[in-house]
Amino acid sequence: MVDVTPADAVPPAEVAEMELYHPHSWWTKYVFSQDAKVIAIQYSATATAIGLVALVLSWLMRLQLGFPGTFDFITPEAYYQFITMHGMIMVIYLLTALFLGGFGNYLIPLMVGARDMVFPYVNMLSYWIYLLAVLVLVSSFFAPGGPTGAGWTLYPPQAIMTGTPGGQEWGIILMLVSLILFIIGFTMGGLNYVVTVLQGRTRGMTMMRLPLTVWGIFTATVMALLAFPALFVACVMMLLDRVLGTSFFMPAVVEMGEQLQHNGGSPILFQHLFWFFGHPEVYIVALPAFGIVSDLISTHARKNIFGYRMMVWAIVGIGALSFVVWAHHMYVSGMHPYFGFFFATTTLIIAIPTAIKVYNWVLTLWRGDIHLTIPMLFAMAFIVTFVNGGLTGLFLGNVVVDVPLSDTMFVVAHFHMVMGVAPIVVIFGAIYHWYPKVTGRMLNETLGRFHFWVTFLGAYLIFFPMHYIGLMGVPRRYAEMTDVTVMTESAHHLNSFISIMAFIVGFAQIVFLFNLIWSIRHGREAGGNPWRATTLEWQTPQTPPAHGNFGKELPIVYRWAYDYSVPGAKEDFIPQNMPGTFGPSREPA
Amino acid sequence: MAETTLTHTGQTESRPAGWQGIAADWSSDQRAFKNVSWGKAMMWIFLLSDTFIFGCFLLSYMTARVSTRVPWPNPSEVFALRIGGSDIPLILIAIMTFVLISSSGTMAMAVNFGYRRDRRKTAILMLLTAALGATFVGMQAFEWTKLITEGVRPWGNPWGAAQFGSTFFMITGFHGTHVTIGVIFLIIVARKVWRGDYDVGRPGFFTSRRGRYENVEIMGLYWHFVDLVWVFIFAFFYLW
Repeated sequence: MVDVTPADAVPPAEVAEMELYHPHSWWTKYVFSQDAKVIAIQYSATATAIGLVALVLSWLMRLQLGFPGTFDFITPEAYYQFITMHGMIMVIYLLTALFLGGFGNYLIPLMVGARDMVFPYVNMLSYWIYLLAVLVLVSSFFAPGGPTGAGWTLYPPQAIMTGTPGGQEWGIILMLVSLILFIIGFTMGGLNYVVTVLQGRTRGMTMMRLPLTVWGIFTATVMALLAFPALFVACVMMLLDRVLGTSFFMPAVVEMGEQLQHNGGSPILFQHLFWFFGHPEVYIVALPAFGIVSDLISTHARKNIFGYRMMVWAIVGIGALSFVVWAHHMYVSGMHPYFGFFFATTTLIIAIPTAIKVYNWVLTLWRGDIHLTIPMLFAMAFIVTFVNGGLTGLFLGNVVVDVPLSDTMFVVAHFHMVMGVAPIVVIFGAIYHWYPKVTGRMLNETLGRFHFWVTFLGAYLIFFPMHYIGLMGVPRRYAEMTDVTVMTESAHHLNSFISIMAFIVGFAQIVFLFNLIWSIRHGREAGGNPWRATTLEWQTPQTPPAHGNFGKELPIVYRWAYDYSVPGAKEDFIPQNMPGTFGPSREPA
Repeated sequence: MAETTLTHTGQTESRPAGWQGIAADWSSDQRAFKNVSWGKAMMWIFLLSDTFIFGCFLLSYMTARVSTRVPWPNPSEVFALRIGGSDIPLILIAIMTFVLISSSGTMAMAVNFGYRRDRRKTAILMLLTAALGATFVGMQAFEWTKLITEGVRPWGNPWGAAQFGSTFFMITGFHGTHVTIGVIFLIIVARKVWRGDYDVGRPGFFTSRRGRYENVEIMGLYWHFVDLVWVFIFAFFYLW
């Protein structure tokens, strides 16, 4: 039955063994480490720490919105600062850093069968520059005038004017410098991820055998390398406007009856640059989530992913399309109507590859041997949440519907569903899935289920009512909405309800953090492959994987990543590095 | 460096040409770009990303220039140099461009001698490239000084739109920074070539990896890119 393929059927190695740096001291092993796995943990820990700051900021905002006038220390200025820092931290310093710097660093070398990233030293620098960017960002909380309150989009001209918190003080400068540093640091890491996937794979690992996790992270990184430049340029130009008094984005402005020095700049130019980055950024955090969730579903439903090739092309297609939709964020900025027509069309076209992915996830689950493990619960939560968030995207993608909904809480609810909750539940699922590989122990199951249900149901109780008050016309970015007619009595009650739910969901995250720390010592021993998964990271000789990942010999790949429940095979999974022909595999030829 | 780049691995089968060859490479294992080393691939992808940075800078400049409602200073007059009693338009920039393009020539020769393992000539040509690059930056400093003494500032100038000075200083400054970084790395690589690091496989000070003569070529990729960018800046700033 088992017909072992001769090893020489796999092409010989094209590249000599990688020269690894072997640390000599505690410092070079755990602190200034060049091992992608250590860098991944450093990235993840830093992103989580700064993410906690953003979580607390969201609590403060909800305190103000839910119970206006109760907390004297939350002034309108402070509210703007909370909103700005919460948005910027969550999107860039948490999600981008965690998906690409955290999961990318840990999973790419292991999943493609490499000993490390191709340039470990540059990879190490990437983390330290990221840390510097985070520290600069945090320092703005202690600077005179506090952090910037320009809104997370930093729209000029208000971003650098007197009325905006931090506009004529340190806040905006530190924010821009921090972003520039982040982009430099990210580029160093991103080049590594891309080259490792393209040029550093093990024998037998073709692009079309890569796990979808790698495809998602790879495509997102390529996009980031092409999208971040626009943000970089926008930051440099705004920094010059603020520091040197140039007028790139500053039109002639009268402020407090006084004509400012600026003249002739274009605020719309900033919006174009910002959203040329900003829209791909949505998919920079969504594509890794798509990839990871595909692997979670396939593994925990013991079934091959449905339509692997279509999944790959959908990822690549979404990545490419996301570069031509940016101005759908600018329907109310005063563009030519034909622009709106064009960008609405491209925006709606993105629904096609996205829908393909959703169908394929559902078809993977269909008649699968579904194990309701915690990663699976989070994966299914993702599908539901992403569909919900995506459907409101269809509303906002159409110009005529967007115009009345623009700048309402409906928008806030939409993007929190689609790029807040959806990627975050994938991150949780991924942590429950790979934690055993990183630490050798399982996370506590009871705490995990508590965490899942409170987070999942709570997120809906927060954001569904928010759609509703948005439809009523309640605008975003307002610190206080008392004594106005658009905000009815019932909407005020809903707002208090949303706030209480936000505190409860936030509390569940503290439980999750406790679980992360507690289980390092007290979790159940996991063994090397607790989920009986096929991909290479579960086939390492040691758990957690040692420096160099794979012992003496690199693994050789004989099959795709989705040989689950193959008829005729002894087990219901066949690792990628197991030679031989078994029953009918569904690997595309 | 770890991987052996240019060695073929005994695979003698001929690859299909054209698009089929590309498809065959991308669907093969281990490497999508056959016989391209990690370092070279990384430099190409970095340059692609850098292209987007310069592209955004230049597009912003064009936006500012076409949307301004005050006159744009005339480059033929602004960038003229008074030599022997008459204003010669664009003379300085012509010399600067000539110097930078020449440095690409010396760089290409350095790469050639590098692959012939001619340490002396490679190092000398790289240092010559660095010298030409430094000359370029020096002339740029002279140009900036001249404009500043004439009253051009990032926030305004005597002749028209304020964005002239802001975009000019920003974009040429960003390009000049690229050239300066290039000069520094040229000197570092030239020193390694001169010392024979690539012959004996001496580990790098920071990376503790062994370098190869290919590093000269990777350095060259960067240098040619910086030159190419200059051609666009030259066209859009001085000839428009």
